[in-house]
Amino acid sequence: MDSRAIREQFPILNQEVNGKPLVYLDSSATSQKPISVIEALDDYYRQDNSNVHRGVHTLGTRATDKYEGAREKVRKFIHAKSIKEVIFTRGTTTSLNYVAYGYARQKLQPGDEIVTTPMEHHSNIIPWQQAAKATGATLKYIPLQEDGSVSLDDVRKTVTDKTKIVAITHLSNVLGTINPIKEIAGIAHEKGAILVVDGAQGAPHMKVDVQDLDCDFYAFSGHKMCGPTGIGVLYGKQELLEETEPVEFGGEMIDFVDLYDSTWKELPWKFEGGTPIIAGAIGLGAAIDFLEQVGMDAIFEHDKKIAKYAVERLNTIDGITIYGPEERAGLVTFNLDDVHPHDTATVLDSEGIAVRAGHHCAQPLMKWLNVTATARASFYLYNTEEDIDKLVDGLVKAKEFFGDVFK
Amino acid sequence: MSLNNLDQLYRQVIMDHYKNPRNRGNIEGDSVTVDMNNPTCGDRIQLQLLVEDGLVKDAKFEGEGCSISMSSASMMTQAVKGKTIEDALKMSKLFSDMMLGKDLDTDIDLGDIEALQGVSQFPARIKCATLAWKAMEKGVNEEK
Repeated sequence: MDSRAIREQFPILNQEVNGKPLVYLDSSATSQKPISVIEALDDYYRQDNSNVHRGVHTLGTRATDKYEGAREKVRKFIHAKSIKEVIFTRGTTTSLNYVAYGYARQKLQPGDEIVTTPMEHHSNIIPWQQAAKATGATLKYIPLQEDGSVSLDDVRKTVTDKTKIVAITHLSNVLGTINPIKEIAGIAHEKGAILVVDGAQGAPHMKVDVQDLDCDFYAFSGHKMCGPTGIGVLYGKQELLEETEPVEFGGEMIDFVDLYDSTWKELPWKFEGGTPIIAGAIGLGAAIDFLEQVGMDAIFEHDKKIAKYAVERLNTIDGITIYGPEERAGLVTFNLDDVHPHDTATVLDSEGIAVRAGHHCAQPLMKWLNVTATARASFYLYNTEEDIDKLVDGLVKAKEFFGDVFK
Repeated sequence: MSLNNLDQLYRQVIMDHYKNPRNRGNIEGDSVTVDMNNPTCGDRIQLQLLVEDGLVKDAKFEGEGCSISMSSASMMTQAVKGKTIEDALKMSKLFSDMMLGKDLDTDIDLGDIEALQGVSQFPARIKCATLAWKAMEKGVNEEK
């Protein structure tokens, strides 16, 4: 994989920030967009813009074909059985909330259990807290290993006959942990529970085969995988989606409407109330074309290689703490002794280097790590080892700058 | 921006307050306590104010955060101690104007606080600097 050539396809990366060439190391927050995605959005608005599923006119047909074509691209990308299982949403958060509202709240009884982990993003914790409060179910956590991974023994111990839902991230946005989804699905199913996967970081960085993983729901966002913001996907097994109630009611999602009652369209449209995110879906389709051209396996290996190099190089800096397991996906979370991560990020920004600093929407995990905040550098297909070298130089500068303060 | 601009942000006086925070700790007795955090980044302050007869008699803080949020808290406590509630709120308004980069037309001596002027050039860090002041405003308004 030629990251330098790939980089050329991302116009935003070709700029200076604070007088230095931009080094973008915040793709786990949102990825940059290749020219093909930008052009797909542009073409749609210049040539095809129209509402979908109703236009008798030509533009309506074109827009519908492109929108539904994008759904088929998503289906193939995640290896779903049918387009009925691919619902367009606003993003991972919305997708997980659809499951928590439309499925969990209908199914859960007092005494039932929802099982998750302390490494989750807030969007895979709070919907379950709310569902538990509303139904009288109990929320339980699988403890983490010292390195921030999950052991299958602990999964077996935590998931019981009372467990109805297991919700876990595919790939931790802080630790870079890759969770054994297929094995966890097996354990959940043995106990009669379903498995909900937060794929916000998984889908952009690794090959996802929902049938092979045997997960029941899989949620992800377009903007972290080279697509536009405002579009995401909820995958669900057809029989479960049939049992799931729509969360948004209104136009587009109905079959017959009477004064006092109505019926819904068939899957997947019963979940897509209102004019859908047409341009966003088309942009996501273009992003999938782009990623598949490079190859998801190649991207996964590349991100891992950059992360490995980053860990090696960062470990040469005195007073650095790196969080997460050795086997990690394409991100590194760390802290420098005596330098608060915000200050680290400000010094790096002055060198044109964009990293994330803060709690990464994972406050329970910060508590588990016993820190209030961390810095995170996250990588994607356009990052090179040279970016890591610049990061290391920047961190050395931050240390020098703050070094005298606590002497 | 260069390291020179960083020097403008991280002035020596700020680093001094970060390293040797003034009024760090707890007030014994009848004080008002305000807990405030910056939900986007995790900075946290617990501010205690002793307000009597319309005067801020004492101010102390505990907390965790970056150099800007902690030095700002230290400077704020120093600045409002002994001030009337009205003057403390006036300083707070002045401080937020300073963060917005407005020209300051005032006779009030800002003292060390002036060193934080550079923060206005770093939009992402303004919330760090204003956290302690927001806590103070909330505290004195409760005591009014």
